[in-house]
Amino acid sequence: MTSVLYDAPGPRAKRRNVLLSVLFFVLLALALWWMWQKMDEKEQLEWALWEPFTTSQAWTTYLLPGLGDTLKAAALAMVIALPLGAVFGIARMSDHRWVRVPAGAVVEFFRAIPVLLLMLFAFEFYVRSTDIGSEQRPLYAVVTGLVLYNASVLAEVVRAGILALPKGQTEAAYAIGLRKGQTMTSILLPQAVTAMLPAIVSQLVVIVKDTALGGVMLGFTELLNSRSTLAANYANVVPSFIVVAIIYIVVNFILTSFASWLEGRLRRSKRGTGAVLAPEEVEDNPAAIPGTYGTGAGGAV
Amino acid sequence: MFDFLEGYDVLGAFWMTIKLTVFSAVGSLVWGTLLAAMRVSPVPLMRGFGTAYVNIVRNIPLTVIIVFTSLGLADIFGMTMGASDNFELQGFRLAVLGLAAYTAAFVCEAIRSGINTVPLGQAEAARAIGLGFTQTLGLVVLPQAFRAVIGPLANVLIALTKNTTVAAAISVPEAALLMKGMIENEAQTLAIGAVFAFGFVVLTLPTGLLLGWLGKRLAVKR
Amino acid sequence: MKLRKVTAASAAVLALALTATACGSEDKDDSGSGSSGGGDKIKIGIKYDQPGLGLKEPDGSFSGFDVDVATYVAKELGYEANQIEFVETKSADRENALARGDVKFIVATYSINDERKQKVDFAGPYLLAHQDLLVKADSKIAAGEDLNGKNLCSVTGSTSAQNVKDKIAPKANLRQNSGYSECIAALQSGAVDAVTTDDSILAGFAAQDKYKGQFKLVGEKLSNENYGIGVKKGDKATVDKINAALEKMVSDKSWDKAVTENFGPANYKNEPAPKIGVIVK
Repeated sequence: MTSVLYDAPGPRAKRRNVLLSVLFFVLLALALWWMWQKMDEKEQLEWALWEPFTTSQAWTTYLLPGLGDTLKAAALAMVIALPLGAVFGIARMSDHRWVRVPAGAVVEFFRAIPVLLLMLFAFEFYVRSTDIGSEQRPLYAVVTGLVLYNASVLAEVVRAGILALPKGQTEAAYAIGLRKGQTMTSILLPQAVTAMLPAIVSQLVVIVKDTALGGVMLGFTELLNSRSTLAANYANVVPSFIVVAIIYIVVNFILTSFASWLEGRLRRSKRGTGAVLAPEEVEDNPAAIPGTYGTGAGGAV
Repeated sequence: MFDFLEGYDVLGAFWMTIKLTVFSAVGSLVWGTLLAAMRVSPVPLMRGFGTAYVNIVRNIPLTVIIVFTSLGLADIFGMTMGASDNFELQGFRLAVLGLAAYTAAFVCEAIRSGINTVPLGQAEAARAIGLGFTQTLGLVVLPQAFRAVIGPLANVLIALTKNTTVAAAISVPEAALLMKGMIENEAQTLAIGAVFAFGFVVLTLPTGLLLGWLGKRLAVKR
Repeated sequence: MKLRKVTAASAAVLALALTATACGSEDKDDSGSGSSGGGDKIKIGIKYDQPGLGLKEPDGSFSGFDVDVATYVAKELGYEANQIEFVETKSADRENALARGDVKFIVATYSINDERKQKVDFAGPYLLAHQDLLVKADSKIAAGEDLNGKNLCSVTGSTSAQNVKDKIAPKANLRQNSGYSECIAALQSGAVDAVTTDDSILAGFAAQDKYKGQFKLVGEKLSNENYGIGVKKGDKATVDKINAALEKMVSDKSWDKAVTENFGPANYKNEPAPKIGVIVK
């Protein structure tokens, strides 16, 4: 698609592109060099500040347990939110008003409130009405908050993904005598999944990042929270932030890579079954899911 | 029943939330569009930069980015935003910068997907009448793309509204910071939370409805 | 066809995850009920990120004056060191943690004041600290008034920040960070001229290896902070027991030893051990 926006470069355009590339590169290099200089000037590059990250204790005492909690909360939230989101998304498209309206209200309500507040409510709820131990409570509250919010976002993703399918799919299914439930599970959902994957994955990344909210208010010992304990010990605030940021990037990168691998597999298999939705159409057209793509910015943090 | 609100400037805090939202929304729209243009541009290095920027920024928790604007940009790189002697103003401007930089990654992705919804014929026709890359993009493709992505952009805006709560991490006196303070001092945690939840619903629901309606009205009929 | 496989796989993952957490939570619940039942464990709230007072060390152990006091008191209550479970209680969460019964008591730079006394009961005080200023070793700031027009850092929502703004240097340019580590980093990079909070906390940071010799305490006594041990409201029996333990700690010189061990390297001039129940206004 990108190449459609400009002609194959001729000699003049090629020269101009090279010139722009060089200019851009010089600017970028200057910016990086300046940043490096400033970091050096403020003594942030001193080995003593970075050295703790080469010791095993920094990892086993602070970072790895923190990362473990982050991943645990994220994984739980994912596996609970995905089916729940699918249920609510489908319920919102129900033919029955009494199913459609409440489901819509729930989805809209939980999408409108910051996740942090949802976590806070969940925490208070667990304090008052359950006897969950104090060590487990932050995890429960974080997972609950994440599930409530992300299930409602995923519900919208599912709904939009199904609505984006050609009408003919449903009609054909009815024509061969499938019932509503069968149409949904064996015709619509399987096709919608590929189209939804990019949006679902960006939501999963949001879940991983949003676990950090639990550390801010609920004392959940996730990665960002362990970082502050670590920095108090080694007196390396800025380096610790950089290292933690890199960890988040790596984790989320693995997540997105896995998802695109999965997407590729699903699509290839579809080609075999001769699905109607052309692969290119899905690949180049995430906006085929109107109103949901970009909700990746969903949560706070 | 609401006597715990006494002595707290709840409306002022939400006004700060609105200001943060508006300024960073404008900033992220501009920067996000530029990034999207870079990602489809003929210069490979710019494409690479756009892709790298989006993938890095999107994968870092916003808290880290906001704190970095304070501890990194301001303290280390000396970018005090023209307010080195007024930390309150500096914090606000840094928060806007951080929020805009973060949200721009999502705006970029939304616009890029919008560009993809514009039929190939449009760009081909533009090139056929001799328009260059910037003209094709700026005069033909982007205007149509924007109308297609109002819905997704509305979601980004709603997310941004809620994300302003993270500015509390560098003590910008917005809604979440006030709420935190109130919870510390008052006993009715749930009632306080409900008040602030209601505030956010009031801010985000109309935005979503209005922009959803606008998106439907402006959509390019094909 | 493929989708069915994916569904099956995700169902399996879901089932696995659920069983895993179910087991996990059962284990934890057991230990939780054990401690609340007054069995063989005791939970004590401390800070994890304040060198010299309460710090989680790289080897997973805990150090600091608050930790030593907590350990001593727990011993007097009949708990050996290995029966203590330290729990992180951030400043904002201290009252709630006690009210919920998450911890038996809290030793975490917890200043006694009237507002807090309405929500929790205090044993002690066990240390008298003062609000002070930490500045660079070569700084010219020598008194609170010198802060006017200078950049000052404190922790979000802390009383020390307001104290400076209201009484000492109204023209100071105040910045609030989420933690003391961040403030100290800003002081080191020159973004702020002074950090203010209790001298005990500041001394702990100044004594860290990485910062040794870079900072100094101004020595201003801008306020009196009586550190108490927070106990659940109404739990008079525990307050009395802790008070007895604290008195013993002072009389058998363990208190002095803990002070020297934890504050010695910081060159911190501590106040003598406070009398139990006497709050210096």
